[in-house]
Amino acid sequence: MSTVTDVRPPTGRFTELLLLLFAIAIVLVAYANVGLATTGSIPAGIVVQGSGLLIISLGLHLVIRHVAKYADPLLLPIATLLNGLGLVMIYRIDIGQGFDAGNGAATRQLLWSVLSIVLAGAVLWILRDHRILRRYTFTAMAAGFALLLLPMLPVIGQTVNGSRLWISIAGFTFQPGEIAKICLTVFFAGYLVQTRDALSLVGRRFMGLQLPRGRDLGPILAAWGLSVLILVAQRDLGSSLLFFGLFVAMLYLATERLSWIIIGLSLFVGGAFVAWRLFSHVQTRVDLWLDPFAPGLSDQVAKGLMGMAHGGMFGTGLGEGYPYETYFANSDYIVASFGEELGMVGLFAIIMLYALLAERGLRTAIGAREGFGKLLAAGLAFSIALQAFVVIGGITRAIPLTGLTTPFLSAGGSSLLANWIIIALLLRISDHARRPESERPIEKPRKQAKRAARESAEAQARAKSEADREAATADTAEVEHSADTHSGDTEAQRPQTTTTTIEEEKE
Amino acid sequence: MNTPIRRLALVVFTMFTVLLLTTTWIQFIQVDDLRDQPGNRRTLLDSYSRDRGAILVDGTAIADSTETDDELRWIRNYPLGAQYSHITGYYSFIYGAGGGLESSRDSVLAGTDDSLFYSRIADMVTGTPPTGAALELTIDPDVQAAAESALGDQRGAVVALDPSTGAILAMVSHPTYDPNALSSHNLTSVEESYNALADDEGQPLTNRAIGGDLYPPGSVFKLVVAAAALESGEYTPDSTLDGPQTYTLPGTTTELPNFEGGTCGPTDQVSLADSIRVSCNTSMAALANDLGPTAIDEQAQKFGFEQDLSIPMAVTPSVYPNELNDAQVALTGIGQYDVRVTPLQVAMTSAAIANDGKVMKPYLVESVRDGDLDVISETRPNQLSSAVSDTTAEELTDMMVSVVDEGSGTAAALPGVSVAGKTGTAEFGSNGAAHAWFTGFAPADDPQIAVAVIIESATDSWAGGSGGTLAAPAAQSVLQAGVGQ
Repeated sequence: MSTVTDVRPPTGRFTELLLLLFAIAIVLVAYANVGLATTGSIPAGIVVQGSGLLIISLGLHLVIRHVAKYADPLLLPIATLLNGLGLVMIYRIDIGQGFDAGNGAATRQLLWSVLSIVLAGAVLWILRDHRILRRYTFTAMAAGFALLLLPMLPVIGQTVNGSRLWISIAGFTFQPGEIAKICLTVFFAGYLVQTRDALSLVGRRFMGLQLPRGRDLGPILAAWGLSVLILVAQRDLGSSLLFFGLFVAMLYLATERLSWIIIGLSLFVGGAFVAWRLFSHVQTRVDLWLDPFAPGLSDQVAKGLMGMAHGGMFGTGLGEGYPYETYFANSDYIVASFGEELGMVGLFAIIMLYALLAERGLRTAIGAREGFGKLLAAGLAFSIALQAFVVIGGITRAIPLTGLTTPFLSAGGSSLLANWIIIALLLRISDHARRPESERPIEKPRKQAKRAARESAEAQARAKSEADREAATADTAEVEHSADTHSGDTEAQRPQTTTTTIEEEKE
Repeated sequence: MNTPIRRLALVVFTMFTVLLLTTTWIQFIQVDDLRDQPGNRRTLLDSYSRDRGAILVDGTAIADSTETDDELRWIRNYPLGAQYSHITGYYSFIYGAGGGLESSRDSVLAGTDDSLFYSRIADMVTGTPPTGAALELTIDPDVQAAAESALGDQRGAVVALDPSTGAILAMVSHPTYDPNALSSHNLTSVEESYNALADDEGQPLTNRAIGGDLYPPGSVFKLVVAAAALESGEYTPDSTLDGPQTYTLPGTTTELPNFEGGTCGPTDQVSLADSIRVSCNTSMAALANDLGPTAIDEQAQKFGFEQDLSIPMAVTPSVYPNELNDAQVALTGIGQYDVRVTPLQVAMTSAAIANDGKVMKPYLVESVRDGDLDVISETRPNQLSSAVSDTTAEELTDMMVSVVDEGSGTAAALPGVSVAGKTGTAEFGSNGAAHAWFTGFAPADDPQIAVAVIIESATDSWAGGSGGTLAAPAAQSVLQAGVGQ
């Protein structure tokens, strides 16, 4: 409330620029490496394509400088590096399969990359405050459900490799589930921020667990129903797992109630068991997981494993292995391709990049100043982590194989687009979280007065409670906070001024 | 809300840790199992992307690799084709490295063997693409060619050794095959060729010299029995044995005749030396019974029976049977019943007699050489055992010289060179069909080559080809090539 003197915290933009240049350098070296190993010469287009990648990502960097000055400096370089490495591997597999620049998947992926980065910039430019999204909570829900169910429509729906996940309009195919992931995260965040107190505080205790009321079970049952529907109607284990996992995680974040996780996991295990009993394609996946070399079954998992083993600890080197021997070597199985050519060491680096990306997202969530931003950032970060886990875990036999794209790496425009939008949203939230008070956008006087009035009312309500539940909204402010909320949560996660502490902004 | 976010971060951390662990499991711990999985095309493709080492005989390649334009960057060639097929083996994209040195020295030829570690480091530093090591063989191309033509289109095998070192000078097994048909990159024709070879009742893929179903040795085994007798100290070459027209197998009424019928000498009595010279059945059967199976078995083992050998191909051990009744012991005295040998073992027996009783470990690879043909390692001759004493070896040599000079093996005689030998006509089946054997060495006083020849019976019944008439002439031309005439 009282700001005395304000020293500007570092924005991190210079760090971002350096890391970004480093990321692009890695990508270009890898690209040249592929050319040298496969054709004996540096790819002819490296100057044009390299400058293109440089210009487009520097463009996004400039947009960030302009409209999200305090955004997390690691998000853009990591995403650029993953995107670029994916491009290199897709190009490498094009060569292995005998395609060239004209008809390969790499060119298409490059166009999608440009489009995705431009769109991420546009999102950042237009969406100056992520809280606006909260107004569209239920619009996001409707859009998300619609997008998810779109592939089931006749004519435009497409079944590829046994899963009905694609739509095809005028020759363009698109996987709407990827965008649905963002819509549903927005919906979950908006919905849970409103209802979290009802979900967490009301209900009876049973065996040490706070059980929810029957009517509050509705949403989780709906989410479960939706994921089962995806599993059955679209035969897509991966998306089903992703959506349900995301929902349960966000439910837990919002309510801090272990009971939701237990209920969620029980529903999931039950659903998975029934699916395993009923559907042969689920059984096949499980059998392959247990024994990838079982005779008579698909050799997809086996080929991926043999590819990774061929790479061993240090890999064959880019362009020196046989990643194209594996099915879907440039999409679902691109991680195995990296494992083969870059080895265990290279795969560790890629896994660490995902871990770092998720960590920056979760850090953004911790730094965020209001509940919606926290939930949205954590949800988006977790969705990337979970998706990476489901894909890489499926390939490395941590879990049964399900078909999901590898974020940023896989060939496929819809996935790339969706993940860049996630980066844009995380950039936006992190900017908001790290921006010092003095540089906040000036609010209109009427709104300011309204806020002051609300703040004093809230201050009274909060007197009894601990400091944790910072996002007490007007409609939930009168609900009493339980005694077990935690204090000390809002410590210095964001840049601190040196001479003064910044009072939390409570909306 | 920050506490649950931290807990979620912990979950995320755990998930990525699991991925690191599973990745380690696949790419570090399980890596060899996965690479060796049958049907792992990568391992095979990988081996085709390297210049596989050549196999050389006297500096001439009998197997080498040349670069191609197709996906498999190197193709394996066998310039001399079928003549060396059982030595080289084949290198096929579909069937892998099979038979011969291609299989038994695969890792050396591929350049991945641990013994090549230091030269690989040098390659890494200098940036030279990895190449396999070359193998220089002990084979003498003249002897090999002589053995090849001596067998002609008859089924059988020839093995020739340098008695003083154990170096293999020739190894031929018929019928044979053209390994080029299996190393071709035309996979359809490779498959057809392989199936035809695998289904052929003549089993051309089997190297009869060291494996397969093994052969009854017949009378060439009498050398082992005679050695056992001399080594026992109770017999000399002049000891007289009973050599009647027929010998009644103990405990039975079966009469064992001599090969030519009649008695072995002018009377029913015959010396040990003469028994070998004329290949007397009745006296040797009786002798075997006197010596007992243990003494014969021990002597056989000293010659190399029942030993696992790798030359470097694995050699099926030759066997002397166990738990015999007296009649069976008598039959083993003439190399019948269940005595089973490889031609290599028979050659080793002759070579030991030629080498003062010392059995040398047979070997095929003289040296391993790097891409520039510099020697990486050399095989040193190695004594396997001492089969008989000097004296016994000398006495056996004299007996074997008389076989060629005036006994059953005169067809093996060389002008101006004293040849030692022993014939054998080994019955199999019940219709009197027999394989023809000859083993021996030359020159008898300064042995340079020891040989074993077996020519299989072309029919299931007696066709009249004995060791003396079929195998001895074949051995003669091989011995001739070996002594440099």
